[in-house]
Amino acid sequence: MSSKSRKKNTADSNTKTAWEIVKISRHPNRPLLKDYLEHVFENFIELHGDRYFADDPAIAGGFAEIEGNKVMVIGHNKGKNTTENIERNFGMAKPEGYRKALRLMRLAERFNIPIITIIDTPGAFPGMEAEERGQAESIAKNITEMIKIEVPIIAVVIGEGGSGGALGIGVGDKILMLSNAIYSVISPEGCASILWRDASYAPDAAKALNITATSLMKLGVIDEIIKEPGEGAHNDYKKTFDQVKNSVLANLKLLENLSVNKLLDKRSEKYSNMGKFSTSS
Amino acid sequence: MAWFSKSEEKQKSGRENLWIKCKQCYSHIYENEWKKNLNVCPNCNFHGSIKSWDRVELIFDKNTFKELFANISPVDSLKFVDLKGSYKDKFEANKKKSGLSEAVLTGHGKINGIKVATAIMDFRFLGGSLGSATGEKILRAANYAYQKNIPYIVFSESGGARMQEGVLSLMQMAKTCNGIAKLNKKNIPYISVLANPTTGGVTASYAMMGDINIAEPFAVIGFAGRRVIEQTIGEKLPADFQTAEYLLKHGFVDSIVNRKDLKHFISNVLSYYNR
Ligand SMILES: [Zn+2]
Repeated sequence: MSSKSRKKNTADSNTKTAWEIVKISRHPNRPLLKDYLEHVFENFIELHGDRYFADDPAIAGGFAEIEGNKVMVIGHNKGKNTTENIERNFGMAKPEGYRKALRLMRLAERFNIPIITIIDTPGAFPGMEAEERGQAESIAKNITEMIKIEVPIIAVVIGEGGSGGALGIGVGDKILMLSNAIYSVISPEGCASILWRDASYAPDAAKALNITATSLMKLGVIDEIIKEPGEGAHNDYKKTFDQVKNSVLANLKLLENLSVNKLLDKRSEKYSNMGKFSTSS
Repeated sequence: MAWFSKSEEKQKSGRENLWIKCKQCYSHIYENEWKKNLNVCPNCNFHGSIKSWDRVELIFDKNTFKELFANISPVDSLKFVDLKGSYKDKFEANKKKSGLSEAVLTGHGKINGIKVATAIMDFRFLGGSLGSATGEKILRAANYAYQKNIPYIVFSESGGARMQEGVLSLMQMAKTCNGIAKLNKKNIPYISVLANPTTGGVTASYAMMGDINIAEPFAVIGFAGRRVIEQTIGEKLPADFQTAEYLLKHGFVDSIVNRKDLKHFISNVLSYYNR
């Protein structure tokens, strides 16, 4: 990495704490999937249902265009207000949501168009029916199948990347992340209540967990940070959408000329190299 | 998270004899009897935790198991510190106490003459949690199966992803499934055995992806923790919620098999693999 790009990537962590970024990532006025579908993409054709059980409104997906490029968009569907959030379960998907997502990814594969996933969830829904219908199996299946899907996949973390609930639509060739988004194995509150025995230590847990875009870039978990304007995406939708659009288009271009074999080999290699360990025990 | 709960409680009686209190029926069993019964309660058939090397003895033909990738061990890449200290101190203490270098033992061996690759999780090492080194070993064992064209068997006993490695532990879900995906493409059988407990990120990745999923009786298997769900829905969950029996009823495991019958069940299933 050049010193110039490193400087750019660490600018946020120098000015904001991890906990401040957590708060921005959950800001009530932060743009949501719906806003991106209206302003980054055009002609969204929503497709519903998993064909087994139900349509989960916590995940939305369908065909759309981005600057004339036809793609499949799938994302967590948080609401703007309480009514919408109750209807969409605060973007916390159930197995039928993950199975709908997989159905649409297979459809994209059949139509030979790239997949763009938009990640913004506190986590997969921790509920009785979700467990009964195989929450774990549905996420495991998506992760495994996304390794094999034969079209490019770009994932964009726009707000909260909540653990397995995020990864269930988060495996891809390029992982992009907004500069005030977070991505974590557990919520800072959840981690604090287990390891600190007190949820009010969430700011300490947020720091320890390395959940900001700059940390994740260093750890090799994400490929690109999309810089948010000013104090955050909520202050300037237009600029945010432009940045996201440019970044998605540039990455589509990087992927479009790869053969299927090359694409899948690179994706597999990417995930084979995730993590840090010692070889001299 | 499950790995903070105490496993079968060992206590000293007046004399030298140790006894074990069953987690399920609370009856007291002499340690010798408990061990002779493969850590299974003779009273209620609860299947207690079993050490990875004991699992090897139980499943593999005598002197056929060879350990692989033993040199892979954790690093504290985030310099994670919580109230009780650093992750590094924690896993170093765990290494000393358990004699293990990670939460999984990997290798290859023969099951009634059938050669397989295997990964066996061990709850004694940080609650069998999935960290980067754990994921690396599980992937490498899968790759070994892929290269040798032999079935892959994973035994899970885990509280889920290892928080102290942050999102790197989350990424191990994709890393391990990547290994499974390769086996799928080559039509190499993958059998997942789920022991008590198998929860969180381990269930939501390789543990649920078996071509055949086998559970031990009464094993707790789930994604979200029971307490978290009770808090979310504001009511008590049924007693059998997230048990092996509950998963069988809802279609997520193929069979519930007693520990003493596992070897025969696995080799019997693999005898149908015709390649
Ligand atoms: Zn018992």
